[in-house]
Amino acid sequence: MATKLPKKDVVIIGLGWTGSILANELTDEGLDVIAIERGPWRDAATDYPPNYAQDELRYHIRHELFLRPDQTTFTFRNKTDQTALPIRTWGAFMPPNGVGGGGVHWNAETWRFLPSDFVLRTHLTQRYGADFLPKDMTIQDWGVTYDDLEPHYDQFEYLCGTCGNAGNLKGKIQSGGNPFEGPRSRPYPNPPQKQGYGHTLWGKAAAELGYKPFPQPSGNMSRPYVNPLGVRQGPCTYCGYCEWFGCGNYSKASPQTTILPVLIRKSNFSVRDNSEVMRINTDSSGKRATSVTFVDTSGNEWEQPADLVILCAFSVFNVQLLLLSGIGTPYDPVANTGVIGRNFTHQCVSSVNGFFDKEKFNFNPFIASGAIGMCIDEFNGDNFDHGPLGFVGGGYLGQVQTNGRPIQTTPVPKGTPKWGAEWKKNVADYYLSNLKGGSIHASMYSYRDVYLDLDPTYKDRFGRPLMRMTIDFHDNELKGAQYLTDKYAEIVKAMGAKIVEKEPRKGPYDVTKYQTTHLNGGAIMGADPKTSALNRYLQSWDVSNLFVMGASAFPQNAGYNPTGTVGALAFWAAKAIREQYLKNPGPLTHA
Amino acid sequence: MPRLALLAATGLAAVALTAALPLVSVVARDSDVQDFSQIQRGRYLATLADCVACHTRKDGGKPFAGGRPIETPFGTIVSPNITPDLKTGIGNWSDEEFDNAVRHGTRRDGARLYPAMPYSFYTKMSRDDVKAIRAYLATVAPVRNAVVTNQLPFPFSIRWSMHIWDWLFFAPGEFKPDSAKSAEWNRGAFLVSGPGHCGACHTPKNFLGADQTSQALQGGQVQGWFAPNITGNKTRGVGSMSIEEIVALLKSGHNAITSVSGPMGEEVADSSSHFTDADLKAVATYLQTVPGGDEKQPAPVAQSDPQMKAGEAIYRDTCSACHGTAGKGVPSLFPSLAKAPQAHAPDPTSNIRVVLRGVRSVATKAEPTAPAMPSFAWQLNDTQVAAVLTYIRNSWGNAAPAVSSGDVGKQRQDLANRTD
Amino acid sequence: MEHRSGRPLIRRGALRVFMTISRRHLLATAAYFAAGTVMARANVIGGSLPWHPDAGTPPTPVRPGPWHYFTAGEAAAVEALADRIIPPDPHTPGGKDAGCAVYLDRQLAGPYGRDEGDYNKGPFMPGLPNQGRQSKNGWAQQYREWLSALDTYCLAHHGNKHFAELTDAEKDDLLKGLDAGKVKLEGTDGKKFMSQAVEDIQMGFFADPIYGANHDMAAWKMIGFPGTRYNYLDWIDRHNERFPLPPVSLAGRAEWTPKAG
Repeated sequence: MATKLPKKDVVIIGLGWTGSILANELTDEGLDVIAIERGPWRDAATDYPPNYAQDELRYHIRHELFLRPDQTTFTFRNKTDQTALPIRTWGAFMPPNGVGGGGVHWNAETWRFLPSDFVLRTHLTQRYGADFLPKDMTIQDWGVTYDDLEPHYDQFEYLCGTCGNAGNLKGKIQSGGNPFEGPRSRPYPNPPQKQGYGHTLWGKAAAELGYKPFPQPSGNMSRPYVNPLGVRQGPCTYCGYCEWFGCGNYSKASPQTTILPVLIRKSNFSVRDNSEVMRINTDSSGKRATSVTFVDTSGNEWEQPADLVILCAFSVFNVQLLLLSGIGTPYDPVANTGVIGRNFTHQCVSSVNGFFDKEKFNFNPFIASGAIGMCIDEFNGDNFDHGPLGFVGGGYLGQVQTNGRPIQTTPVPKGTPKWGAEWKKNVADYYLSNLKGGSIHASMYSYRDVYLDLDPTYKDRFGRPLMRMTIDFHDNELKGAQYLTDKYAEIVKAMGAKIVEKEPRKGPYDVTKYQTTHLNGGAIMGADPKTSALNRYLQSWDVSNLFVMGASAFPQNAGYNPTGTVGALAFWAAKAIREQYLKNPGPLTHA
Repeated sequence: MPRLALLAATGLAAVALTAALPLVSVVARDSDVQDFSQIQRGRYLATLADCVACHTRKDGGKPFAGGRPIETPFGTIVSPNITPDLKTGIGNWSDEEFDNAVRHGTRRDGARLYPAMPYSFYTKMSRDDVKAIRAYLATVAPVRNAVVTNQLPFPFSIRWSMHIWDWLFFAPGEFKPDSAKSAEWNRGAFLVSGPGHCGACHTPKNFLGADQTSQALQGGQVQGWFAPNITGNKTRGVGSMSIEEIVALLKSGHNAITSVSGPMGEEVADSSSHFTDADLKAVATYLQTVPGGDEKQPAPVAQSDPQMKAGEAIYRDTCSACHGTAGKGVPSLFPSLAKAPQAHAPDPTSNIRVVLRGVRSVATKAEPTAPAMPSFAWQLNDTQVAAVLTYIRNSWGNAAPAVSSGDVGKQRQDLANRTD
Repeated sequence: MEHRSGRPLIRRGALRVFMTISRRHLLATAAYFAAGTVMARANVIGGSLPWHPDAGTPPTPVRPGPWHYFTAGEAAAVEALADRIIPPDPHTPGGKDAGCAVYLDRQLAGPYGRDEGDYNKGPFMPGLPNQGRQSKNGWAQQYREWLSALDTYCLAHHGNKHFAELTDAEKDDLLKGLDAGKVKLEGTDGKKFMSQAVEDIQMGFFADPIYGANHDMAAWKMIGFPGTRYNYLDWIDRHNERFPLPPVSLAGRAEWTPKAG
């Protein structure tokens, strides 16, 4: 029997990026806000200090900072006619846990989506005709435009101190930046990070081939920075222990290094850590959220009533909570009805490895950050003519080698024995002269048979059904993967590589092979409540005092890392709540 | 009765008293409980004097309700309740009695206070100042909290001995401005030697716990820390900081060179971050003129010394992650070890402490980040801690006595027993 | 509330008091991350950023000594296996002298061996390769099975000799045979054994020396990896230059201790 707590104005489920942004915005509005976080409080000096954070076995191999599958996990199958089995140890993606969420251990690659990404169906249909798109592709327009979000991208970038070169300033293309990006109102708050040898050479080769390379927009600081909240970061020291690790010296943008020091001082904010929300409770009409029920580490159940509920958990858990709370109609892929669980996507990442002559090339791969690198955007989104190619979508191509950590980054050319004296020799010969960080970060569009629902068999430690993922690659993405990989390989060859190994993504979708944690969709935003869970302000169509943040709102995934867009949407929604919802609680739009 | 007659003579007290106080006893008050400007003045003075820090328990104690254990070289003493509670606070005290306590070190019952209560500094305030503080304290929420203050071990528990101590070391008297100096300097001198009671921590003590006045503000041990030299000394003190930098440090807890943490972090958060800018400037102006002891630096330990070579390796491999490869740090984030007064301090207690235990710097409204240094106790043994500290204290133009592994070992033991 | 039988509900700790005490008195020689051993508690946090001295969960280095998990026979086999996977040469020790068997022993004796943190609820059903491992066996149990099957095979096919007693050439042939699926171990997947052993042994080889292998950072010296260094600000612009500083691990390096005289 749950113990009822005193009511708060706002309860926020999950204190990661979006939870922290919303908490800070709404406390500024004078509201009494409590955040409930499933995982522990996290802080650099106590959890990832720069005297033991650099432990590849502990953090990269044994996944210490991530959610433990025994706390909860998902089940997985490729197709609807298969049996989903539990993901017993993480592989293809690494769900976060704890205050700061994925913001603690992300790479900090901070991109904006293209203007065309937000009106994808309209744009592609206009350009190529409706028949060009696969029949079972369920891409949609978002209900917001790039122009709507531009000021909020700016807000997120200035919060983080994002480092980069503007490519398009108010419509004017700037050299040194991404010429394909949407117009930005002002430059990045910080200059780009410095680049290593491999990254620089790749950029030069790309330029010589006629592309327009630019430094990857990075949330690892290129210099000391103080953000608009007064919170400071130090300069990134290129330690090479970035992604999957916490930053030990305050130089990676995270809720801890950008928001929490200010948020925690507010008397109208508090957070409960190590407390897992079980469900969102609604009143008898089902149209109004009244409270959330959560469990602490002693197994006690608590009920936190609130006037406004903001769901800020990791994308898949947002969808799970909606399903377990009976909010919104669950998606049925056969009947093609319902919305909760539809349009689930991941990413379609390919890579190219280069092996160079060690007498001529020393890349010092261990000197890097998580978001270092040179990129080209010629093959992203609809930046190129897909007509003759027979697929849609794309991604940035980047030489983004982030580390030289020896357990994971000691490649040998294909055909080398995997053990023995020859293996040993090749590892030593190629360690400093391999270029492993070749990233082809392609989009994954949404399909009718790729979705989330509740598993019928497997349960979490509370006896609740696990989320089931039904996901496979479609020909569209695999075709794109091959094409983009070939393009990338040309650049590596032009650099002077001895050996170029292409690794285009191949089906079936494999839950053991890592390719980013960009799990999106399942509670998507849109203009039509029949095909979306949220309106353009990320407000639930069904429960008007519930807003659902995060990448679960993406109707399909673009060819970029999602966090920049996740942050922009959070600020966009916060503005709508502050300026519209609070003055007049209720649905902000009507279908 | 004389007191009532006195009140009748002032004409206003009778009304004020019946309105404001339950008639349990008659109290001589010549502060006007309705004078808001006096209360505001008292509130500011109480902030300058930082009463709340000692008189409030750290773990969720109510403000001014006492009960906080205060560490002295002679044992622990517990702060009394100074809320207006009639039974357990000072609600029954007259203004005169309150003034005797604050400026003369005498308790209401005539017993001497221990100098953990810095009456030897507060004596510099005027009677009006203290009346104003009293007026402010009368407005805080009364809290029923009975405190047994004297928890010192025998023989220090004998309060009477304080009569002798005071006779030896306490010179009562209000602050006397120096007419040859500016008003700003005098204000600073008053703040530092009076309500600010900086010397209570920053002046070394003799074996009887009294200030060594010839070395005023040249640094002192307190609660397992070394409170650094804050005189105008150019390497060990604040002499090489600009006025603006000293002001920033006191106001926000951070400046381009260093930051405050530990007990001084508390002081900044509760007290100096609320000073007016003019007062902070006055303090800075004054401090820079305080004679600071020997400006002459000792000869630095040679770079070729084995301790220095080991320290250099440790520094490059670990400390440089935040403090930079040349010890420069990052302004307002990671202290500059090349310039911070603590890196020059003859007494390495604070250096050893932060390396072994880690520390979080103070958060203020102006500087909320509060970066924290991690603990190295698990990673570095006593010899290694001594080596890296010796290196830091003798590199980049620094010169300070080497640290021995014995120093570190002793402090590691002490810290194991510390709960703060 | 469900608990896995026999074990407390364990979570990475937010709470420092427990960690401080248990870590200080921990004389255990198994170096594994503390995630599996710390009780977390739910807290309400507000007002200021939490701080406690000595906070955190620093690693506990592996100490040499008796095997924690392997029997003598298993240890001999793993040492021999490690020396074939990573053979010794004049420049760099092999897997055995580098400590890889010690590493694996301590790992299997710890949370990794128990599959701690993994989802271990049933039903267990065989799945497609791309659905990941669906085994009830923890890794420790799995290795015990594998090593036993390897031993059985050697005794049967190599004149009653254990794996460690074969010649190097015989060992290599056997292992290559496992790789290719030509050598079959009874009752278990020999190919999977070989690929997992290669992964684990090489992992120990390259991991921080506190985990029991990579003695004296020999593996890192072999490739030119500087270890746990954190500040390369003055090196990011130095392209195509050899980084000159020796590697350092979480336990430091020899130069951290002052040399007498």
